[in-house]
Amino acid sequence: MHINPGMRRGFLLTVSLCACLLHSVSAQATLNVFACEPEWAALAKTIGGDRLTVYSATTAMQDPHHIQARPGLIAKARRADLLVCSGAELEVGWLPLLLRKSGNADVRPGQPGNFAAADYVKKYGVPEKLDRRLGDVHAEGNPHIHTSPENILMVAAALHQRITELDPDNTGYYRANYAVFEKNWRQSMQQWQQQAASLRGANIVTHHTYWTYLNEWAGMNVLATLEPVPGVSPSSSHLARLKKQLSQQDIKMIIHVAYVSDRPSQWLAEQTGAPVIALPATVDFQGGQTLSQWFDDVMQRLVGDL
Amino acid sequence: MKNLYINSAVSIALCACTSLSQAETRKTEDQDNENDMLLRVQALEQRIQEMDADQSEQQTSGLSPARRQVSDNGFNPAISVIIDGVYASYKSDPEEYRIPGYALGGEAELAPKGFSLGHSEITMSNNIDDKFFGQFTVAIAEHEGEVEVELEEAFFETLSLGHGFTIRGGRFYSALGYLNQQHPHAWDFQDAPLIYRGIFGNQYFDDGLRASYVTPTDVFLELGAEVFSGRKYPAGGEHSGAGSWTGFINSGGDIGTSHSWQAGVSYWAADSIEREYGGHDHDGTAEVPLFEGDSNIVGANLIYKWAPNGNYRDQNLKFQFEYFTRDDDGQLTLLDSNPLEESTLSSKQSGYYAQLRWKFLREWATAVRYDRLDSDNAGSDLDVLDEAGLISAGHTPVRASIMAEWIPSEFSRIRVQYNRDESYQVADDQVYVQYTFSIGAHGAHAY
Repeated sequence: MHINPGMRRGFLLTVSLCACLLHSVSAQATLNVFACEPEWAALAKTIGGDRLTVYSATTAMQDPHHIQARPGLIAKARRADLLVCSGAELEVGWLPLLLRKSGNADVRPGQPGNFAAADYVKKYGVPEKLDRRLGDVHAEGNPHIHTSPENILMVAAALHQRITELDPDNTGYYRANYAVFEKNWRQSMQQWQQQAASLRGANIVTHHTYWTYLNEWAGMNVLATLEPVPGVSPSSSHLARLKKQLSQQDIKMIIHVAYVSDRPSQWLAEQTGAPVIALPATVDFQGGQTLSQWFDDVMQRLVGDL
Repeated sequence: MKNLYINSAVSIALCACTSLSQAETRKTEDQDNENDMLLRVQALEQRIQEMDADQSEQQTSGLSPARRQVSDNGFNPAISVIIDGVYASYKSDPEEYRIPGYALGGEAELAPKGFSLGHSEITMSNNIDDKFFGQFTVAIAEHEGEVEVELEEAFFETLSLGHGFTIRGGRFYSALGYLNQQHPHAWDFQDAPLIYRGIFGNQYFDDGLRASYVTPTDVFLELGAEVFSGRKYPAGGEHSGAGSWTGFINSGGDIGTSHSWQAGVSYWAADSIEREYGGHDHDGTAEVPLFEGDSNIVGANLIYKWAPNGNYRDQNLKFQFEYFTRDDDGQLTLLDSNPLEESTLSSKQSGYYAQLRWKFLREWATAVRYDRLDSDNAGSDLDVLDEAGLISAGHTPVRASIMAEWIPSEFSRIRVQYNRDESYQVADDQVYVQYTFSIGAHGAHAY
């Protein structure tokens, strides 16, 4: 069969043009990211830029333990290509149910579309034994891993890999964004480390075991928590005991996250004279804040009052 | 031939240009800087690998106690045991309880006077493998001095169909109502709404299949259907195929960060059923009303929740409303009556409840509820209908309830509830003190 060279030329041109169109369509289609917490939404947005559509299931003013599998969240999880959560059982009360209800098989645990940040860092507070008397204990350890800048770096590297794996077409784009983030974060960390030097060895009291990773990173010494056990409200008898226990100690500050009541902290402040510092629990992603802006804020609040 | 090469080269270059140009422009202009970044990325990737190695080392050296258990028990299902009990006080005799216009069946009866065990149950659930999830619930209750074990749920559910599809099979609570899908210990009141008591005998479950589909839309939209054996109240009798079926649509979403809602409609139908109501004593012989015919139910519900900043922990408000209407058409017989009493039956029963729960402190909540039922029943022999309890005689059953509860943790709850109950002509004052404890696995925070 004879094929006219002109026909062949035209055919090839058409095929390559078609492929080209298809390619540009797929390059523009964005991945849907469902982040359980705002810190991971902010991180995904930093790495993914406009190639990712990022939704955060919670805000900085919500306790991520106590979320319900709302219809609005099910709808978002249904369309997600990638789920980015803390893991370590932080979302145990709602995420498994949410995933089952969404009918989205791509983001089930074990799939590439399911990313748990806590898998990539060393965890503190792994309980010696599991007993509900000990409160809100997590078998895998303390899940509030984003409060250490070292951890953010580890998670960012792993998340960058995962996003690239899911969307290899944009590898160069993600790599460039990630490299910029990594460089800037390291620079910021030097500055935070300098700020944290004045915090080293400081005695503090915290409301919940929320800042464990920050405390370890900054070398602060946690004397006690206002909650008798994690997740259980401070009782008057526990507070009275604390007052007695702490009467001989020099307390630099009392820390709580912005979404809990400050009354127990204020009470102890009156008894001990230590200042109360409310820290934003995480990034105000919905308000356009970035991870480093949030951590700048945290450090400023911590050192400003010392 | 040369032309061909040129043409292809041009088109390939064109293609490469358009697709890469977007990425290129976003890259930093400085080439040296880029190389520097590449090196940093490689260094970090290596650190991740080291970290992974560290972690596996940790696990094998046993530094992390939670992962130390390596035995078959590690694969045990999540087990949770509900311990539930109640102290009940009534002005009227709870044995006399009835709802005029509604013949009662199923588990539609009041808790006995004084102390009694409520609805204690054991639930086991886990992923079966990467494709299925399974759940098994047995309820253990004492009824007239005998301990009864009831298999409430034993179902599997698909995990891997994807695209929004889920199939559930086995025994499970039907999705035809909002409250119907919750276990009684998750309810905001000790007792079921009157409409649930009146037409479902408290709650409806059966053996069958459910298929549901969640659409890929911003607003939550779920479409589903169920087929059941049709053996369970308010259906009944033996059926060769599907004895009853349902269809349901649920929708919902968020309004800002503080508000959320869900609304649903449902339909249930069962043809050629034999529904046996609970019997009543009549001069020493139990006459059990039996309905034979076709039945269908239409339901609608609306849920609205509010929490400051969407943070449910310390404060939240929940409004819940459900409406059901049931149409029965067929034959009513009083079994064991002598001579046998029969009538045709054309019955329309409907009702609603509305409740508002306010969690005003982390450990305290209160709620109010209002119930109302209506009925319009007709038949060839009204005496037979009257015997069965299907004549309302102008009475409209209503009930008002108020409840307060202390919730020290997610695993314990102590509740006090008062009902002004006008289900039948004699108004009753009912007081319940209920405790509900959960041991074991963490329950799910369903909406």
